[in-house]
Amino acid sequence: MYEVIIGLEVHVELSTDSKIWCGCSTDFGAEANTQVCPVCLGLPGTLPVLNEKALEYAVKAGLALGCEIAHFTKFDRKNYFYPDLPKAYQISQYDLPLCRNGAVEFEVNGETRRVRIARVHLEEEAGKTVHSGDNIMGSEYSLVDYNRGGIPLIEIVTEPDIRSPEEARLFMEKLRTILLYTGVSDCKMQEGSLRCDANISLRPFGEAKLGERTEVKNLNSFRALQRALEYEVRRQSALLDAGEPVERDTRHWNEQQGVTISMRSKEDAQDYRYFPDPDLVPVTLTAEQIETWRSELPELPDQKAARFMEQFGLPKYDAQVLTASKEVAAFFEATVERFGEPKTVSNWVMGEILRLIKEMEIDIEQEPIPISPEGLAELLALVSKGTISNNVGKEVLETMFKTGKSAAEIVKEQGLEQISDTGELEALVDQVIAENPGPVEDVKSGKEKAIGFLVGQVMKASRGKANPQRVNEILRQRLLGS
Amino acid sequence: MELHALRAHQLRELLDKGEISSVELTKSLLARIEAVDPAIGAYLSVREKEALQEAEAADRRIREGRDVGPLTGIPVSVKDNISVDGSPTTCASKMLEHYISPYDATVVARLKAQGAPILGKLNLDEFAMGSSTETSALKLTRNPWDLERVPGGSSGGPAAAVAADTAVLALGSDTGGSIRQPAAFCGIVGLKPTYGRVSRYGLVAFASSLDQIGPMTKDVRDAALLLAAIAGHDPLDSTSIPGEVPDFAAELDKGVDGLVIGLPKEFFGEGIAPEVKDAVLAAVRVLEGLGAKVQEVSLPHARYALAAYHMIAPAEASSNLGRFDGVRFGHRAKEAEDVVTLFEKTRQEGFGLEVKRRIMLGTFALSAGYYDQYYLKALKVRTLIRQDFEKAFQQCDVLATPTAPTVAFRIGEKWENPLEMYQSDLLTAPANLAGIPAISIPCGLNGEGLPIGLQLLGPALGEGLLLRVAAAYEGATGGVESRPKPRLEVE
Ligand SMILES: [Zn+2]
Repeated sequence: MYEVIIGLEVHVELSTDSKIWCGCSTDFGAEANTQVCPVCLGLPGTLPVLNEKALEYAVKAGLALGCEIAHFTKFDRKNYFYPDLPKAYQISQYDLPLCRNGAVEFEVNGETRRVRIARVHLEEEAGKTVHSGDNIMGSEYSLVDYNRGGIPLIEIVTEPDIRSPEEARLFMEKLRTILLYTGVSDCKMQEGSLRCDANISLRPFGEAKLGERTEVKNLNSFRALQRALEYEVRRQSALLDAGEPVERDTRHWNEQQGVTISMRSKEDAQDYRYFPDPDLVPVTLTAEQIETWRSELPELPDQKAARFMEQFGLPKYDAQVLTASKEVAAFFEATVERFGEPKTVSNWVMGEILRLIKEMEIDIEQEPIPISPEGLAELLALVSKGTISNNVGKEVLETMFKTGKSAAEIVKEQGLEQISDTGELEALVDQVIAENPGPVEDVKSGKEKAIGFLVGQVMKASRGKANPQRVNEILRQRLLGS
Repeated sequence: MELHALRAHQLRELLDKGEISSVELTKSLLARIEAVDPAIGAYLSVREKEALQEAEAADRRIREGRDVGPLTGIPVSVKDNISVDGSPTTCASKMLEHYISPYDATVVARLKAQGAPILGKLNLDEFAMGSSTETSALKLTRNPWDLERVPGGSSGGPAAAVAADTAVLALGSDTGGSIRQPAAFCGIVGLKPTYGRVSRYGLVAFASSLDQIGPMTKDVRDAALLLAAIAGHDPLDSTSIPGEVPDFAAELDKGVDGLVIGLPKEFFGEGIAPEVKDAVLAAVRVLEGLGAKVQEVSLPHARYALAAYHMIAPAEASSNLGRFDGVRFGHRAKEAEDVVTLFEKTRQEGFGLEVKRRIMLGTFALSAGYYDQYYLKALKVRTLIRQDFEKAFQQCDVLATPTAPTVAFRIGEKWENPLEMYQSDLLTAPANLAGIPAISIPCGLNGEGLPIGLQLLGPALGEGLLLRVAAAYEGATGGVESRPKPRLEVE
């Protein structure tokens, strides 16, 4: 058994309307090479001009991650050759990143874990290559789309504070939630606007020195991240168990085969010849500017969860589940505003609503939740008044999700009102008593448990509409005289 | 006198009076190019059709009295590392021999907006790397004063064209002296503005922190006119300086009475030809005669300038020239079996020797383990040089020095010895490192009848002051009319 040490490098595309150095659109999915201009194609003579919005978004991301923001920062060139990099250098930040020293907290098995953020810096996205073969060297041809080139990107680098593949996934999920709250990125892993590389090493427990690490790339989903790291833990453990060294290298996660494959060794490590980009002037940020941006940040997940616990008296678990998505949190809060009873609302949202969203595969970041907070409040009022039972309420909710009709409409159309009328209920109870002499005797002779069976029979006879509490009362009156 | 031989401010009067048209003027220049350029080799491409169309449009503007600016109807020729929409921008390199720029450089856009026809593109050292225009992969340019000599470089094409009257006005670029040294070699006026005074957008980068576009003209007044047309903040260039551009022409007649001219002793020492030193000191005495005070000053770190320059410029170049990889534009090697070979072969075939040499130097200077020792140290030297100039300008208004250590040398003379060639930048590179403006103006001929240049350096944004001193000298020495002109055998 070894201690697992993981650090992540996360790349996040910022959702500005235009690219970082030019005015080209950043829309996803356009026809190849239609969102380009001389600047983002790196044509001879062109120069970059910083998109202020990209700077603002990067600072806001840093603030949301609890970072210190640099008052003086600059851009550097990272030089390397690749067809998707039009200038043969990426404008990035080397020794003076925009943000430093942040942290993200998240829960692992009910325990709070804290992963430190070493730095967040602003850089540009490269274009996208598609190869006719497996990789660029083994292909007959490769195609390049420069639409993506020049989209603003932040790189978030953690300290090696993560201790398991599962933790790595949970960290990423929390990071994504925080960034989605700030609105600086749409964080779509499937479109590549959120990506991560992982550095992983193993060491015997109690050992102070870090083991040799490998870098794993191509982690395109939370699942891929966890699986790839689990694979690396197994692979490195096996090597160490056998007394063999772990080679420092960069590895590619192959999702189909479920293995990591070495791409290049330490010896091939590139020298990027970083130096300050002379085409851009250093950026100075005043404390005032930073505070303005801070004040524009929305309430973040941890703050919101704390407030839900405080204001609504919710358990920590509820508060965390509800705030894991800003859409769900907003839905919850709007429902409470109309209906009150926060814990009841929380139970319904965490239970039924999240279940339906999952079952119906609704992407609530992209499309609205099919019912409105008003709709849920109306439904809960019907349940609370006893018009319908709790169980019927759940069925009505599902119908609401699928048809868009209101709770009242559905209840009316399907005649689902609970029968609370004593006369009607007494008639049903008498009928059931008459049809079930055995259980009736059981109850009378003191086996009170049998009363549940009789309640069930009444409910069945009423097609679920009878008010079970009232039925229970009437049965007791009839059979036990109490 | 032929129209092509006149200066812009003279042509302005003739155009405004309706005595000539821009089309006539443009045709005169085209004819002159046809007659003389085969011997000189200044032009890499001539925009005959487009320039005539632009001249026609300018004539309409002048006739209708609509938006007539100082350069409306007056053709400008530009160094072939400045982008002109729809025209070749070759940088005199095989790499870009067939490349057509799809956009205008800001300076070109400003000239076009004023109605100045763009006449053609002028030869240079490949990617502006050189001091003789001999590294051009596309053409040999000869000095109009002596066809066996180089015109200087890297703006050798613009200098030779202005001197040979195949251009009225020209734009060059100056990274370590590339406007001033050829101006001196060809007996014309060349001004390198303050870094950031003129937008670099559209100038194919050699060394981004040093490059500046500037005017190359027959006299000082024309330099003021052309500078005014191109200067000023550009939202497309983050390093361009915000703020109003002063009226440079208004400075020209203010004289030098009371100004203090500093002679930095380090610029008159070893390596400067006596005939050059004598001519420059004589020019300084003329200014003294006009009421200027002369004072010796010291720039103690200037001796390290050339070393620092040849570290910083190649470092930036090695990065700037990475984009020439055969993928998107320019030369692409045939039959490359994979992408790495494509990069290698393309660059091997597309770049000339000097460009490769500088890419190698720069790559080395930026490499891990050498960065601090070379690049960072060079940046520190640069700061010291800037401080030297700041101190000097506390004592004096402008500095006067020779522009180049010698007059124009023979073609092939320094080709074999790059270190000797690099010495050409000795007196000019300091201004680029400090980001300050400097001008070269003709100050006589040597015994062989070859031009000598006087360099004036000023504090940041001091172009007006430089033009004022230069105009005073030019006026006192009888102006352009009294200056000898190159005799071209073809005439
Ligand atoms: Zn663009």
